[in-house]
Amino acid sequence: MLEIVFALLAIVAVASAIAVIVVRDIFRAALCLILLFMTVAGIYLLLHADFLAIVQILVYVGAISILIIVAVMLTRDARQGQPLGNLKYPAVIVAACLLGVVVFGIVNTAFVMPDNVPLQETVKPLGKALFGDSGYLLTVEIATVMLLSAILGAIAVIREK
Amino acid sequence: MFSAGLDQYLILSAVLFCIGLFGVLTQRNVIKIIMCLEIMLNAVNISLIAFSQYVTPVTLTGQIFAIFVMVVAAAEVAVGIAIIFTVYRNRESVDMENFNILKW
Repeated sequence: MLEIVFALLAIVAVASAIAVIVVRDIFRAALCLILLFMTVAGIYLLLHADFLAIVQILVYVGAISILIIVAVMLTRDARQGQPLGNLKYPAVIVAACLLGVVVFGIVNTAFVMPDNVPLQETVKPLGKALFGDSGYLLTVEIATVMLLSAILGAIAVIREK
Repeated sequence: MFSAGLDQYLILSAVLFCIGLFGVLTQRNVIKIIMCLEIMLNAVNISLIAFSQYVTPVTLTGQIFAIFVMVVAAAEVAVGIAIIFTVYRNRESVDMENFNILKW
């Protein structure tokens, strides 16, 4: 059952990722990107990452895709789309070689998998790991400062003199 | 050799990453390049969460890494689109051919 769900999600994800590149109209490409984000959220649910799935919907489907669509709407000659650049065949070779190497590495690696039962509910352990005493509290603080400085930098860059 | 659990997620992640890489290398529209970057970041997140499920199922290290990747992705999109708007205001174009202001 789970295998069928995974196969469906994987097919939709790969097809929409290809559609983002192939579709000429850039607004439709942005809609395909949103479909990809939602299928990725479904894959997170398959992996028992419920909090990450909700964050994926909120941040990617809610915020990042809206930013991208605003960018599409505000740039005029973006609508008709341009053809692929002249790097097409080298790019195919590079991507195919990388895919081959990575898949070869994945298939030939014996990952050490402990027998522990995976957590069914991740919100409380994630909160304890992020904000607990022995956890990633300093990293969280650095991430917040980085996010604030990035937003301030974006405002400073975009402001008209 | 091929274990169905972890490997299928890692291979899906690799396929999505390579599609995104191909898009970044070939597209000429800057907004499409940002979209392909998002595809690559999502692919990395899939593999991190798959590792979290199968390799560190109790400590959830991979999921914490994925959260930080999402923070960096949000910051990257905000700054990237601000830069695109600024260049578009000067050049009236989002084609990569016209993004040569820093070149001399």
